Amino acid sequence: MKTPLLHFNQKGIYCKQADVYLDPWKPVKKAIISHGHADHSRWGHQQYITHHTNVPIIKHRLGDINVAGVDWGESFIVNGVKFSLHPAGHIIGSAQIRVEYKGEVWVFTGDYKLEDDGLATPYEVVKCHSFITECTFGLPAFKWQPQKEVFNEINTWWQQNKEEGNTSVLFGYSLGKAQRLLKHLDTSIGQIYTHAAIENMNEVVREIASLPETIRITKDTKKENLKGNMVLAPPSAHGSPWIRKMVPYVTASASGWMTFRGARRRRAIDKGFVLSDHCDWQSLFTTIKATGAEKIICTHGYTDIFSRFLCEQGYDARTEQTQFEEENAEQEKSASIKSASS
Amino acid sequence: MKQFATLIKTLDSTNKTTLKVNALTKYFEQAEPKDKVWTIAILSHRRPPRPVNTTLMREWASELAKIPLWLFEESYHIVGDLAETIALVIPPSEESSEKSLHQFLDEIIKLKKQPEEDKKAYLFENWLSLNYYERFVFTKLITGSFRIGVSQKLMTRALSKATQIDEDILAYKLMGNWEPVKTSFNRLILEENKSDYLSKPYPFYLAYAIENEPQDLGTVQEWAAEHKWDGIRAQVIIRESELFVWSRGEELVSDKYPEFESFTEVIPDGTVLDGEILPFPKGEIGTFKDLQTRIGRKNVSKKLLEKTPVILKAYDVLEWKGKDIRSRSFKERRQILENLYTKTQDLDIPLQLSETISFSNWEEAAKERERSREVKSEGLMLKRWDSPYLVGRKKGDWWKWKVDPLTIDAVLTYAMRGHGRRSNLFTDYTFGLWDKEKNELVTFAKAYSGLTDAEFRKVDAWIKRNILERFGPVRSVKPQHVFEIAFEGIAESKRHKSGVATRFPRILRWRQDKKIEDANTLEDLKALIP
Repeated sequence: MKTPLLHFNQKGIYCKQADVYLDPWKPVKKAIISHGHADHSRWGHQQYITHHTNVPIIKHRLGDINVAGVDWGESFIVNGVKFSLHPAGHIIGSAQIRVEYKGEVWVFTGDYKLEDDGLATPYEVVKCHSFITECTFGLPAFKWQPQKEVFNEINTWWQQNKEEGNTSVLFGYSLGKAQRLLKHLDTSIGQIYTHAAIENMNEVVREIASLPETIRITKDTKKENLKGNMVLAPPSAHGSPWIRKMVPYVTASASGWMTFRGARRRRAIDKGFVLSDHCDWQSLFTTIKATGAEKIICTHGYTDIFSRFLCEQGYDARTEQTQFEEENAEQEKSASIKSASS
Repeated sequence: MKQFATLIKTLDSTNKTTLKVNALTKYFEQAEPKDKVWTIAILSHRRPPRPVNTTLMREWASELAKIPLWLFEESYHIVGDLAETIALVIPPSEESSEKSLHQFLDEIIKLKKQPEEDKKAYLFENWLSLNYYERFVFTKLITGSFRIGVSQKLMTRALSKATQIDEDILAYKLMGNWEPVKTSFNRLILEENKSDYLSKPYPFYLAYAIENEPQDLGTVQEWAAEHKWDGIRAQVIIRESELFVWSRGEELVSDKYPEFESFTEVIPDGTVLDGEILPFPKGEIGTFKDLQTRIGRKNVSKKLLEKTPVILKAYDVLEWKGKDIRSRSFKERRQILENLYTKTQDLDIPLQLSETISFSNWEEAAKERERSREVKSEGLMLKRWDSPYLVGRKKGDWWKWKVDPLTIDAVLTYAMRGHGRRSNLFTDYTFGLWDKEKNELVTFAKAYSGLTDAEFRKVDAWIKRNILERFGPVRSVKPQHVFEIAFEGIAESKRHKSGVATRFPRILRWRQDKKIEDANTLEDLKALIP
């Protein structure tokens, strides 16, 4: 049997013909990177290729690396294999990776969502034969509301907290979620303060896109000034001594996991907003159908359940083990790595 | 329904007790009386009998959501709550119902007797026409209790704020077997109604576990000590020649223990005793396992009565000659109890006294505590001689001073996702011990508690990466982690693969310093059987 164009080995998703890895988790020679989250862009590769808006982000995180930026749809050929990047809509600079060889097309999604969040270049369907997809929220229990409704809820919550004399502390990942929240918060309600991990990332993102004005929280920040305002913090800040400065405050988390009542309750967060940078159940199907792919490989999330359902629907679907962190309400490891590196 | 759903949502979306009490108080001030009665009933676990079994509900929900049943089941294991899963997978609706809570409950009660297709039509109609949260609440009313961190105590506090009636009086009014369909808010809460009181128990006074050393409690002479019996806490009421036995779960269990019927001939009317129901086979205290043969039985056979009779080990008297004497000191109450016991001890009734023991110093008390397993108790109870009988769990006057549990080091072998606030987290564990001959791990206990949230998160993350096999919702995991498991008692059992049953097993600590080879063997466990 001939080796498939892309296969999974100990280091990552490998294209043997080109000797190129996609989002590898062990150090390799040449790596194409889908986006800047720590589980997809790791340290130690000799050469990185990524979308040019992701270049400053991974440089910020990984330091002085050998990285080349390419544009949307700009193809480059390695040993006869044609590679190109296409918008994934997950976070700013996030891409799907298209791989073509002798008329056979594979697409690896990285992480993705369909809704335009105002920062990431919106998702574009790429036709292919084989589709390697994430399915972080691949369960029928997940259904996203339009973000406009969620942001109305968030802004109403902020307004109400302000009226009651409380500071609003909103948790979201430093890269991606934090900037998306920032972009849609109603700045007529008050000022937006940020945790250092988020503000460091904001500075990088501001080179690429415009963001509303924020104030970095430092040891000199006065408690009185915070009152009634909004504080954006990474999830790892919850329960840390840092947060005591915000008293009196109420907390909220913005994540797809907030769909579950239990997820919010066990983290002792006052309020949960269901807002995700991944696909919900329905959008995963919509996308798979639109790509025209027959072969589906599920990489991370509820892979077994999702691929079993796909098989019942007549797809040739299977799962592959990867080392992409199951982004999870419980796991703030990647978030804390990010804050430590910034 | 809108009002009730809003209340549940508010209670569910805060962790602060004061906010919960405020929300409940506001509700009790504003809701219509019939709804209030039902709300009290639901929050004190008096929901109507389930009109539809959950198997049918799962089938119907998956049909309505247009997903296969296996996918619904998988989702349920991950969400961890049936009503929540149903509310999530059915297509969304924005509608809200004008029907009141009691109207819904009337319908749900009537539904029980209706044919299956009517039940299905009723559920479909409501599932499709209620918004997410109302749909969740509606389904919860059918499937089970609301676990939203509202204790009966907290509800009573709010009710007290709303009605200006003293909390302890309300707690008393809410005891016993009142039924929401047969009472009204006026009758249940506001009116004085003597005839209701015939069978009514007093709220139990419950003790906390001792926090520091007993020496910190002051001089030993201020304290009464007695053994802490391992049976069923119960109140026995004798009023107007009738007998009522209440368990601590507020269940009327008079029928289950017919041997107490003889009390009515000997103990004067207007007496309420607090004590422990204990198994008494062969004329001595048995094990909790003996008692279990009696607990589930409604109709007790003559044979069982002979094999496993029970006694009441009395430790307190709450009502005497028709008067509530809870405010008198423990010393005075004990005097009454002991006089009563002296008068009846030569008669053939299943009443014994839980003796108080005096000590001249705490060291003596500690020695007595060490003897607990020998006398089949769980440790000592310490009660201040001058203390009144309080309502509910209170600190200060009564303390539990239990013996240290038995412990053993076991290997984590299987895991399942938890429920409620642990949904989607692997928190329900099965543990194994070594079978030396076969060199394999044999399951001996399941445990769900004992780790901190942070530890559960760590173990969960590890499990998700180290699953070997799946059996429905259960996952076998790589044997790698050792945990110290504590339990209260141990007995031989034919029903368990290990041949041993443990009582109340829980995780004491995660032994990250130990390798699986260091875990204990089944023989080590069996050596602990008395």
